[in-house]
Amino acid sequence: MTKAPPPPTLKSARTLPLTYEIPISKTNTFWEGLKENKIFTTRCKKCGELYFPPSSDCPNCLSADMDWVEISGEAELETFTQIVVRPATFAKYEPYIVAIGRLKEGVRALAWLTGIKREDIRVGMKIKLVGKVGPEGTPTYEFVPL
Amino acid sequence: MRKVAVVGIGHSKFGRRLDVNVNELAFEAIKDALLDSGLTQKDIEFVAVGSYGMWYEEVLPAVTVAEYAKLYPAGLARCEAACATGSAAVRFAYVTVASGEANIAMAVGVEKMTEIDTPTAVELIGRSGSYLWEFENFGLTFPGYYAMHATAHMNKFGTKEEHLAMVAVKNHKYGAMNPYAHFQREITLEEALKSFVVAWPLKLYDCCPISDGAAAVILASEERAKEITDTPVWILGMSLASDSASLSKRSGYTGLRATVLAAEKAYKQAGVAPKDIDVAVVHDCFTIAEILAYEDLGFCKKGAGGKLIEEGQTYIGGKISVNVDGGLKAKGHPIGATGCSMVAEITRQLRGEAGKRQAPIKEGKGLAHNVGGTGHYCYLTILGR
Repeated sequence: MTKAPPPPTLKSARTLPLTYEIPISKTNTFWEGLKENKIFTTRCKKCGELYFPPSSDCPNCLSADMDWVEISGEAELETFTQIVVRPATFAKYEPYIVAIGRLKEGVRALAWLTGIKREDIRVGMKIKLVGKVGPEGTPTYEFVPL
Repeated sequence: MRKVAVVGIGHSKFGRRLDVNVNELAFEAIKDALLDSGLTQKDIEFVAVGSYGMWYEEVLPAVTVAEYAKLYPAGLARCEAACATGSAAVRFAYVTVASGEANIAMAVGVEKMTEIDTPTAVELIGRSGSYLWEFENFGLTFPGYYAMHATAHMNKFGTKEEHLAMVAVKNHKYGAMNPYAHFQREITLEEALKSFVVAWPLKLYDCCPISDGAAAVILASEERAKEITDTPVWILGMSLASDSASLSKRSGYTGLRATVLAAEKAYKQAGVAPKDIDVAVVHDCFTIAEILAYEDLGFCKKGAGGKLIEEGQTYIGGKISVNVDGGLKAKGHPIGATGCSMVAEITRQLRGEAGKRQAPIKEGKGLAHNVGGTGHYCYLTILGR
């Protein structure tokens, strides 16, 4: 039995590239800190809630009066995966490990975990969140084993 | 709020449907639903179209679908709740009838996901969370998000990769009996376990496919429903809940809190308990998601989901029939269509029209569990004869 030919389609001639310019003016302390390997985040001056990622508003108090605080980055690994089938814009990377860690300060972070093989990762292990400039020249952050 | 019944259902074949555009695909389901109910477009006072979009050319699918199907000038809306988009359309139609604003409303769910290449589709789905904090730098994918739930569940409860594979084997078994399913083929446990890793620990056979498809349901008030059909299927309860956009802000990774909250409300509204449910369709976008659903919906205790599938309790003849239409895993998950497909399937089951894959109906109750995103939204619908 021969396979039916694919149905005819009209391949659109209208390709649309989309590049977003994402506003970061209110969290710029965080993005600038990453370049110096530091992790800054925000704490509400009124209720004391710590936010990660940094939030420029406190939805508890409806207040925009926030303090910038540097955090240690020390965390305990809560869960992880290794992404093998990658999205189009991540095709140039090798499969990467994504982890969620609970920071010593109580909030969680999600980031790549580098410098360790997938087989050696254990839930509960100590990891540290560090700032860096990524391979595409933009500030980012990642977990490394502690 | 008035009583509302499902009086018509329609369903397209799910799969790679490059033979039809979005309007033609939606019309397959709309036509079926009209014929099933015996109604015409003139009877439909309100239309909710559920479609996620981006992967096909039309930007305003509600208006193009309504034009193609001659559903205008009825009240019209396009709904979005990520992978629960179809249920959001059902919800909009349901409240429109329940409130008394309309007597008859239609919910149509449609998605065309295969007009673009797979890595771009993976990207568009992966961006559906907290884009700035989880995608821009970290390239999360949906298999990746659910894989993190699998890692946590396996670590805490000893759930094994075999348990996940067992869900795939069951759902493929029933997909093979469903003429609308994307995959109509049984698989073995070995095949599932040997398939390549997509996002560790999830493998190819742990993931639903990228599909095209459409489904439609027509809802009517009690008075009209009794005139239209001898087999109305009543919406006994429909509840919603939500959770954080960022996975890092969730309360934990061994369940979906939105499911627990929506289920609590829906069971209460319908006056039923999990033991009263004869047949359920649950949101198995990934095999781990079906195991989480067993637990979060109260079909078993927290952590016992792996054991429930291992014992075969969710096959027809077990404690509760789950995803006996093939689930998202084998039937396919054309995002906007899924919620409408779920309500259509439970209606079909409660009418006793599911053929070879008919579940035994004792209490006359069925449940549709539709999760949007990685537990961002949960839409829970309980139906009864």
